[in-house]
Amino acid sequence: MKPVLDVNQLTMDFGGLRALDHIDLQVHPGEIVALIGPNGAGKTTFFNCITGIYAPTKGDMFLTRPQGEPKRLNGLKPNRVTERGMARTFQNIRLFQNMTVLENVMIGRHCRLHTGIPGAIFRPPASRREEKEVVADSYAMLEKIGLTRYVNEFAKNLPYGAQRRLEIARALATEPFLLLLDEPAAGMNAQETKALDELILRLRSDMKVSILLIEHDMKLVMSLSDRIYVVDYGKKIAEGNPEEIKSNPAVIKAYLGEDIDA
Amino acid sequence: MITLQEIKKSFLVSLWFMFLTFPIMVIKVNTIEQTIEWRWWWMAAVGLGAFVLSFFWRIAIARKEAGKKKAEVSGEEKIALIPRLMSNPRFYIPGLVATVALVVIFPFVFSMYQTNILITALIYVVVGLGLNIVVGLAGLLDLGYVAFYAVGAYSYALLNYHFGVTFWMALPIGALLAFLFGIMLGFPVLRLRGDYLAIVTLGFGEIIRLVLENWNAFSFGPSGIANIPKPGLFGLKLSLQQSSIFIYFVMIGLALMTIFVVRRLQDSRIGRAWIALREDEVACQAMGIDKTRTKLSAFAMGATWAGMGGVVFAAKTTFINPTSFTIWESVIILCVVVLGGMGSILGVIIGALVLILLPEYLRAFSEYRMLVFGALLVMMMVFRPGGIVSGVRRIYKFEGLQNKVDS
Amino acid sequence: MDYFLELFLGGLTRGSIYALIALGYTMVYGIIELINFAHGEIYMIGAFTGLIVISVLTMLGWNSIAIIVLAALIAMLYSAAYGFTIEKIAYKPLRGSQRLSALISAIGMSLFLQNYVLLAQTSNFLPYPNLVPTWDFLQPYEHIVRSTEMVIYIATALVMVLLTYLIKFTRMGKAMRAVAQDRDMSMLVGVDVNRVISFTFIIGSSIAALGGVLVASHIGQVNFYVGFIVGIKAFVAAVLGGIGSMPGAVLGSLVLGWTESFFTGYISSDYEDVFAFLFLVLILIFRPAGLLGRSDTDKV
Repeated sequence: MKPVLDVNQLTMDFGGLRALDHIDLQVHPGEIVALIGPNGAGKTTFFNCITGIYAPTKGDMFLTRPQGEPKRLNGLKPNRVTERGMARTFQNIRLFQNMTVLENVMIGRHCRLHTGIPGAIFRPPASRREEKEVVADSYAMLEKIGLTRYVNEFAKNLPYGAQRRLEIARALATEPFLLLLDEPAAGMNAQETKALDELILRLRSDMKVSILLIEHDMKLVMSLSDRIYVVDYGKKIAEGNPEEIKSNPAVIKAYLGEDIDA
Repeated sequence: MITLQEIKKSFLVSLWFMFLTFPIMVIKVNTIEQTIEWRWWWMAAVGLGAFVLSFFWRIAIARKEAGKKKAEVSGEEKIALIPRLMSNPRFYIPGLVATVALVVIFPFVFSMYQTNILITALIYVVVGLGLNIVVGLAGLLDLGYVAFYAVGAYSYALLNYHFGVTFWMALPIGALLAFLFGIMLGFPVLRLRGDYLAIVTLGFGEIIRLVLENWNAFSFGPSGIANIPKPGLFGLKLSLQQSSIFIYFVMIGLALMTIFVVRRLQDSRIGRAWIALREDEVACQAMGIDKTRTKLSAFAMGATWAGMGGVVFAAKTTFINPTSFTIWESVIILCVVVLGGMGSILGVIIGALVLILLPEYLRAFSEYRMLVFGALLVMMMVFRPGGIVSGVRRIYKFEGLQNKVDS
Repeated sequence: MDYFLELFLGGLTRGSIYALIALGYTMVYGIIELINFAHGEIYMIGAFTGLIVISVLTMLGWNSIAIIVLAALIAMLYSAAYGFTIEKIAYKPLRGSQRLSALISAIGMSLFLQNYVLLAQTSNFLPYPNLVPTWDFLQPYEHIVRSTEMVIYIATALVMVLLTYLIKFTRMGKAMRAVAQDRDMSMLVGVDVNRVISFTFIIGSSIAALGGVLVASHIGQVNFYVGFIVGIKAFVAAVLGGIGSMPGAVLGSLVLGWTESFFTGYISSDYEDVFAFLFLVLILIFRPAGLLGRSDTDKV
């Protein structure tokens, strides 16, 4: 089967600084892939490039819907990328703070709905039906992620862990087949992290999404991932399954510094 | 508990303001007649005023800080008095009946003068609700909004002058033209960041006014266009008073239509996208919302209402010229939205009524109108950024599902 | 050729005037990222204060050079005081809230100050005496450049030099640059951020006041509304040069001054202001970072 995400030779320059240097990366259907590396290695830049927030300097990116044809992502705006079936969360939570939890998820549904301005004003039966469905679907999504008790709360009033999960719910509402998670466990305690671990596995089995995640919590990464990519200073320094990565000298060096031999 | 320290502080503030306002307020020069007038009592007034106000200022700031902390701790929002009353049918229904009755009998009971003032206020309700879409919902600060108002007014005046187009024809045409202008102007400017957008829209607004002022062949320049007909009613001849009453009811109808439409928009897929855009542009795009289209739709929808308001304005005053469409007109409309409460329909209505009616009825005070507006904008931003009616959030029609949560 | 020179010098005058105001915009924006909409009003208040001082001293029969110097100094002092106070009332309580709120507050302040002067003084244009002495050596060139204009050039150049010194070599200048870079970080390393912001307002406002007195002397009249249009144009200049950058503000001002001067001189004077606004719109659309500005992408 073709990989759902296929990134070739992705390069990103900021002025004179090369933030990403010829990165290759694939995510296959049903896989959980982790992208790890020290702070400032270019992981979030990688996400921003493939989701269309930045325009990469060089390289190709293809997204392939299961049983579909590969579609090139280069030059697409972020909203188009999302429409094609790849959704993301943000490292520093970016919820719509003054909207309710339900509304946040409903925004995720936006690109799958059709009501325009005339529809909103005159409310023909199709729009009414759509509006009913979006409420029901969004609520169902909250049930899956376990956030129903906050349904009418403002997003800004949620506890931290719940905000992270709401971001995931909102991204899932766009019906992705590939989900990008940017440090989903950041700031979570051990118990919350464990719940997140289970949630991610459940998403893969129940919702048939492939997952690419950036994460610093190595325990989580090692237990979840099928494969791991390691980047440092914008370059890919290793790739493989968790066992291989654990014993890879280049990775150990990147994480622990030059002094490892001394 | 006014401590000595507080008094000392206020005393210093008052000295400072006496110093600050000394040349401008105390010395009045007339360079033509070479005379100088010294107005020492103004200095005393400033001193006293500053002394008293500084107490209030400090108390208000302290309360604001405390409120912020409290909100952080409890995580709950106070629901303002008015919406609370509104949601209670015991107040809501009699209130509604009384309002409707007052609205219907108003022009027959009160003078034509009063009716005309109310018409003006209603025009501001309509354009305020339009601007509310742009500023309050979508979070785009548009300082050139009056340009669309001008488009509406001039399209009626000119179409009538050249082709004899009637008011009822001009109303949709004016709205459509303003809508098209909104898209035309919106397209290039909407990729700009917040405060740049404000300045560019201000620039566009001024360009349109200056063009109207200078392009004599098109717009008759500063002398404007006179004898614009008032709206007709099936070709009946209406007296001046009758036609005022007629415009009043036209305006009531238009305002109701605006409220209806804006409410429905707010409560739809489009309205949610506007609010999300205001909250976080990047996240909004990442969730599949087309930023440009959404912004453009807000901008153009807002413009449409300004266009309609402009048509009615031209019909009501029967004379227009570019001085009615300066940047300060945009600022007044902005005041209506900000004072009432950005994003709240009821707030905008209250804002328009307060800001337009109050200076009209407090005649002595009307000279100070713009001064007070300026101070009001600052005070609102400092102490109550949410406006008079804040914290109004629609609760989603959610009862069926809500029960499921509890069970 | 003479006409060209006239337009060139006329543009230089305009440009210098815009520069004196644009510097204040750019400094404030550099530090707190606020478009200080009331800055044009500060300029207007400077001009008015100057006029009041001039009138009083003229009645007392002072020497005209002493009067103009004293008037400029007092105007600078007062405008600085206004700038300081405005920041404390209208902007400081809004630090950390939305940028839109601060901008609306600034617009309110601008409206308030205009009407304050309108009510306390007059809505009419007041003639402004020109007390700048006529220099003999400029006599032959009178039709091209007047001594007031010469004083404007010199004052602008002097302000530029002093500001550069201030920013580059003094402690306060360093603190200002630090706050502009990263406010929170500078607070942590012990910079008194409130003082730096106040200082910025004071400097920017006093420069604007100097401009106000000189320009009003040059044009020969003043009213409560003069600050608005000049303020907007100076803002255009600051954006053109790249807002936040001081050399940019001067460069932008000169470019705007010259283009306006040549446009009105060779093409049409009816649409002078339309042209300035069109210029602004085009710059912001095609080069939002300005001529010398740095572009910053939204951090994700």
